[in-house]
Amino acid sequence: MADTTMAYARSDPHHVRAVEHSGPAPKRIVTGYGFWIFILSDMVMFSAFFATYAVLLGQTAGGPSGAQLFDLPNVAIETGCLLASSFTCGLATIAADARNKLWFQIAMAVTCLFGLAFLTIEGREFASLVARGAGPTRSAFLSAFFTLVGCHGLHVSGGILWLLTMMAQVFAKGFRADIQRRILCFALFWHALDIIWIAVFTVVYLLGSAA
Amino acid sequence: MTNGHEEIGHNIDIAPGDEHLEGGIGERVLGYLAGLGLAILLTATSFFVAGTDLVWQPSIPVALVVLAIAQMGVHLVFFLHITTGADNTNNVLALAFGVLIVILVIGGSLWIMANLNHNMTPMDQLMQMQR
Repeated sequence: MADTTMAYARSDPHHVRAVEHSGPAPKRIVTGYGFWIFILSDMVMFSAFFATYAVLLGQTAGGPSGAQLFDLPNVAIETGCLLASSFTCGLATIAADARNKLWFQIAMAVTCLFGLAFLTIEGREFASLVARGAGPTRSAFLSAFFTLVGCHGLHVSGGILWLLTMMAQVFAKGFRADIQRRILCFALFWHALDIIWIAVFTVVYLLGSAA
Repeated sequence: MTNGHEEIGHNIDIAPGDEHLEGGIGERVLGYLAGLGLAILLTATSFFVAGTDLVWQPSIPVALVVLAIAQMGVHLVFFLHITTGADNTNNVLALAFGVLIVILVIGGSLWIMANLNHNMTPMDQLMQMQR
């Protein structure tokens, strides 16, 4: 802030007078903020799935309950994969800010591998549930389970497609301002998926196994 | 700012996900490492608490929820860089509104459905009444 603006702010600490702004916000802030609103609306959508799951938790229609189905060591590995991918995604953001193509591609590739490992483990879990006759059609509880966890899995799949697109765009176009904005949005999306996974492994798996 | 965005020379707001940090790459990596360490600690505690007999059993669900909320906070601060700084007000207010809606949707659904379950005629009685 310029010295004159600081003096102005000091003379008017409660902003009774209108504050002088230096024009509209930069595009990076507008884009990031808009994407942040999208992520929050996505979380509101997930909250509806969580509410459905919580309401239907006991409606097993004589079928298996969560405690009989869930395999916690598997879930711990999934959690580790997603957490590690969130960390390497952060490293990719730093590399993008430093405009280092090599480290950006390495960090994104590692993020992608962790994401794929997560999806593979989740896919196997779903396949084994269906093979044991505990598919989404078995009971209201399992329908809600597959909807909630599957929706998160779909988000991760979409995130991986986006990740590969960003790797290709940086490879072809370099760190242009618009590409940097897309990287910012991608990083927000990927970290937000990890936050939703915290709620999933706590509410679905850990509380489901404890109960 | 040293992170390469000419656009953020602006001192009024920062985009969600952007760090407001004067430090270099090493300091930023350390920030992510700190977040990773705290997240691993909280996750490990969650999995430990869920399977242990060492604590009073009825306290486990509460402990798990508290640990999850703490870990979400760690992710928000260290990975998404949503902080309480003056330049982050818009992002925090949007988050607060999102949290309000999430609480209303989940809490409201559970409350209403528990109430309905409580007040509904049991299914077997309902079947007999229809005969």
